[in-house]
Amino acid sequence: MDFKKDVLDFKGRVLVDFYAEWCGPCQALKPILEEASLELPEGAKIVSVDVDEYSDLASEYEVSSIPCLVVFENGLEKDRMVGLVSKKKILKMLLK
Amino acid sequence: MYDMIIIGAGPAGLTAAIYARRAEKKVLVLEGTTYGGQIIKTMKIDNYPGMPGVSGPDFAKALYMQATSLGAEIEFENVIKTERAGESFKVTTEDDEYEAKSLIIATGTKYRTLGLEYEKELEGRGVSYCATCDGAFYKDKTVVVEGGGNTALYDAEYLAGICKKVYLIHRRNEFRGDKALLERVSGLSNVEIITPAAIGGLLVFAEKMRFLGVWLKETDGETGKVVSDENVREIKAAGLFVAIGSEPNSEIFSGLVDRDERGYIIATEDCKTSHPGVFVAGDVRTSGLKQIVTATADGANAASKAIDFLNSL
Repeated sequence: MDFKKDVLDFKGRVLVDFYAEWCGPCQALKPILEEASLELPEGAKIVSVDVDEYSDLASEYEVSSIPCLVVFENGLEKDRMVGLVSKKKILKMLLK
Repeated sequence: MYDMIIIGAGPAGLTAAIYARRAEKKVLVLEGTTYGGQIIKTMKIDNYPGMPGVSGPDFAKALYMQATSLGAEIEFENVIKTERAGESFKVTTEDDEYEAKSLIIATGTKYRTLGLEYEKELEGRGVSYCATCDGAFYKDKTVVVEGGGNTALYDAEYLAGICKKVYLIHRRNEFRGDKALLERVSGLSNVEIITPAAIGGLLVFAEKMRFLGVWLKETDGETGKVVSDENVREIKAAGLFVAIGSEPNSEIFSGLVDRDERGYIIATEDCKTSHPGVFVAGDVRTSGLKQIVTATADGANAASKAIDFLNSL
């Protein structure tokens, strides 16, 4: 993953899923994200970021509780939700 | 209008959803945090029949997929109110309002807090109630666990694999948890068990709201009662894991159904509460054993009784 290219420079909405392998609720979110990824609005995508591998990104974006979903548009944070979110809400976050 | 709203997406709630969907009822499951409930925090389940060693998150995912693929709807919203509305029930969440002809309460239990000064402020910044959730943030550091049951022992064992040193504090000389588990924990070279003692307070750098450790007070090894409020020992640590048990998530239902003195919703194995059309399943019900297998059994019973109720309308 190249955060600059895949998220910040991406033309469209990107939902960044900050997660960790050891985090149960993050694992719980996975199938929901998979379902949502099948119905994404045009020009939107989902990128997952492992906070252990990319701890610099986690601290840069002040992620201290996971799972944490952050929506970026044109490199800027637009929306953020911590904890589990339904597929309906994920799609809504990407549509707004 | 739903046939059934199930509050809570742990093993009890999701099993109820599976049974209700197989009876083709229109079902909504409302969950405030994560589906799977407490099992999401368990890395390995060893006592669910036929599935030895399954991981909690995997088990939860399978339950979730089974319920949703059968057509159960789920929303991650926190329920704040439930009330009778004419012939049906109105459920209010922080985001929305829903109506259903029947309710199944499967909200489980929540962890108990120590009630110490700064404990709330430091949650997630030094104080934790879930070792498997937050343990990795304390890699190669010193942590303290308080508690005497299986959760505390599991936490100590799990943390010992990540942290430099684990102090396990318990009020009594005897642990309530599994003997085999206690033996394993006692044998770990980086675990120090301190009994009988209780955490008297948190050591905090208040200006920066930074957790520095805990101080202990003396307790009676037989009764677990505090002997004196004197600071007998200080432990410098990066984290505190509180594992002193749980209490039912039932306050919001106090006006709807009868509860016992500890807050558990009163019902026998048929899962019928004092209010017709409202059923209860899993750990939040007055019952002896609180296990995944009893929660799933309750889910099936509650759904079956709710289906009977709906068919009789």
